[in-house]
Amino acid sequence: MKSDRVIDARESFCPGPLMELIKAIREENVGSVIEVWSSDEGSARDIPEWVKKAGHELVGVFKESDYWRIVVKKKR
Amino acid sequence: MKKVVILGGGVAGTVTANNLATKMADEVRNGEVDITLITDNPYHIYEPGYLYFIFNRLREDELKRNLEELLDANVRLAIDRAVKIDTENQRVECESKSYDYDYLVIATGSRITPEEVPGLKEAGNWFYDLQGSMRLRSALTRFRGGKIVISVIGIPHKCPVAPIELTFILHDFLKKRGLREKSEIVYTYPANKIFIMEPVVEMIQPMFDERGIEYRTFFNPMEIDAKEKKIITLEGEEESFDLLIAIPPHKGAEVVIDSGLGDKGGWIPTDRYTLKVEGYENIYALGDATNIPVSKAGSVAHFQAEVVAENLVADLSGIEPTAAYNGKTFCFIETGWEEATYIRFDYSTPPKPVVPNKLLHFLKVAYNKAYWLTARGLL
Repeated sequence: MKSDRVIDARESFCPGPLMELIKAIREENVGSVIEVWSSDEGSARDIPEWVKKAGHELVGVFKESDYWRIVVKKKR
Repeated sequence: MKKVVILGGGVAGTVTANNLATKMADEVRNGEVDITLITDNPYHIYEPGYLYFIFNRLREDELKRNLEELLDANVRLAIDRAVKIDTENQRVECESKSYDYDYLVIATGSRITPEEVPGLKEAGNWFYDLQGSMRLRSALTRFRGGKIVISVIGIPHKCPVAPIELTFILHDFLKKRGLREKSEIVYTYPANKIFIMEPVVEMIQPMFDERGIEYRTFFNPMEIDAKEKKIITLEGEEESFDLLIAIPPHKGAEVVIDSGLGDKGGWIPTDRYTLKVEGYENIYALGDATNIPVSKAGSVAHFQAEVVAENLVADLSGIEPTAAYNGKTFCFIETGWEEATYIRFDYSTPPKPVVPNKLLHFLKVAYNKAYWLTARGLL
């Protein structure tokens, strides 16, 4: 799946990556795929939890060498 | 002559200027060094005082001092509005004139942007500027019971613990006035816990529970319905209120954004140890203005100012600068009308709050007065 927007939040700590994703969710259209890169393990855990609560789709959490790619589809 | 320009007259700019002027007193007198501080506000504001001002515990004249009186006589004060930082020509362009520099210190702080959330300006109150604090003070004076929502809308924001302190003080304020039983207090936070730091959550969450203070997490207001008095969140929830106390979103200074020196939020990419702006050997940034992952707090600005002043002395003396900021942060946390705790941490040491007590509250009250010594570079 191709992402419409990639947010590189690798140097940022919790809740920075989540706040970046929230900003992108506000700005993108329904159906858009947003990818967050985070080197913060806490964020890799928290973001999927928020995505579930906010009613969006978690496409996947992918572990790269020293960071996570968290891919989200805006559903509403 | 070497010219140092300091942009900003808050804690970061003022303490840097005063520390530097003290250390370089001879050089300034001999005409070898010139220190200019540029700000568009002739007053220096003690912003933590707003937390007391809204409850009628500090007056407006106790929150501000004329910068002219606070600054060392060896600092030239320019009341002017900076519009552009021209790094190529080493010049700060202001509304009335331009200032050349050999070394620049960016201490432009952060600002609230309530306009980013529809309805917030109409229906919200805050204590992050004087006007907002006056409006909130008056709303609290008139409050006779109902539902108060304290909502942290944007992260990062100034003084991360202030919303928690406000919540605790508000609880006691309502109790003292016989209104607590007629009131609901709800605190909301954007992340999945009530504060960013786990050790603080472990201490305050049971205290919220004991006091009947409700909380919501993963709560991100999208808009405020000013007519119906309710918050609508990005998560699809709604929360009604009679009185909304919001912590509005924050951004870096306009001049930073307009000069292309900030990231998306207007925060300046800065080395977390040397405090040099990334890509520049002769520009420092400190305080709220940077993107460093530490609290946007007065204590951070103060500790960083000591580092920047020391490194500038080295720069101006032709020595390699070696002072480094280690992430040191100190915050009192008021946990009621007359009790407080504190947290102290740095890049490698997590905070460990102590049991709240009266003595710490009185220390904080004393510091509210002693702060003016910090601003002068004496404490």
